[in-house]
Amino acid sequence: MPEVGIARTRPKYLNLVQIRLPLAGFVSILHRVSGAFLFLFLPLLLWLFGASLGSAESFEQFRQVGGHPLAKLVLLGLLWSYLHHFCCGIRCLLLDMHIGVSREASRRSAVAVLAVSIPLTLILAGALLW
Amino acid sequence: MVKRILVGAHYGFRDWLAQRITAVVMALYTVLFAVAAASVAGSGFEGWRALFASGFMRFATFVFFVALAWHAWIGVRDIFMDYIKPTGLRLALHVLVILVLVGYLGWAALILGRL
Repeated sequence: MPEVGIARTRPKYLNLVQIRLPLAGFVSILHRVSGAFLFLFLPLLLWLFGASLGSAESFEQFRQVGGHPLAKLVLLGLLWSYLHHFCCGIRCLLLDMHIGVSREASRRSAVAVLAVSIPLTLILAGALLW
Repeated sequence: MVKRILVGAHYGFRDWLAQRITAVVMALYTVLFAVAAASVAGSGFEGWRALFASGFMRFATFVFFVALAWHAWIGVRDIFMDYIKPTGLRLALHVLVILVLVGYLGWAALILGRL
């Protein structure tokens, strides 16, 4: 019985370094990573939002902090995170409605998430950050 | 015999649904925000502030922040449920996340209230 042999060699503890995720799985785990990143940097985003709306002086502060090279790097990451989370979230909602659940369709929609979120990140970063 | 369908108890269904509804609310706001922000692009601080000072934008932005806090709670809770095994630590982190999110919501309300 070959099934038994397969069952025996299955990893009991998943080794994250050895697992090769399909593209849809990769896009899906990035949904979680981007969400966690956005959550962790909420205080920065709230501070920037508050400073941008407070007064002419705080607006200038907002521009200066936002213009710092390190802040730009973090904001680039947050911009990508938001756009990836947004696109991947729409994919999730469609899958919830049983749209595109076949293997081919879900792979295509995973490609679409990357094909939209990454260029959009670069365009918006070019327009807003640099 | 008690006929109880264990898989049909819907434990967690409300959170699952709330996560989706808050996602749709935020997605709609994102489109509104993008259009509104583009319309005041180049007008500096005055235009930016005037945009958010309007009653509608203040209301919509506050609803967005409520949806964000709710959505983040469910998402972060799911992450902790997957990776943090010791119950005490997980509970402590859950409480911390709720407190932090309530604080953020208050902060957002203050920003919008001062406009």
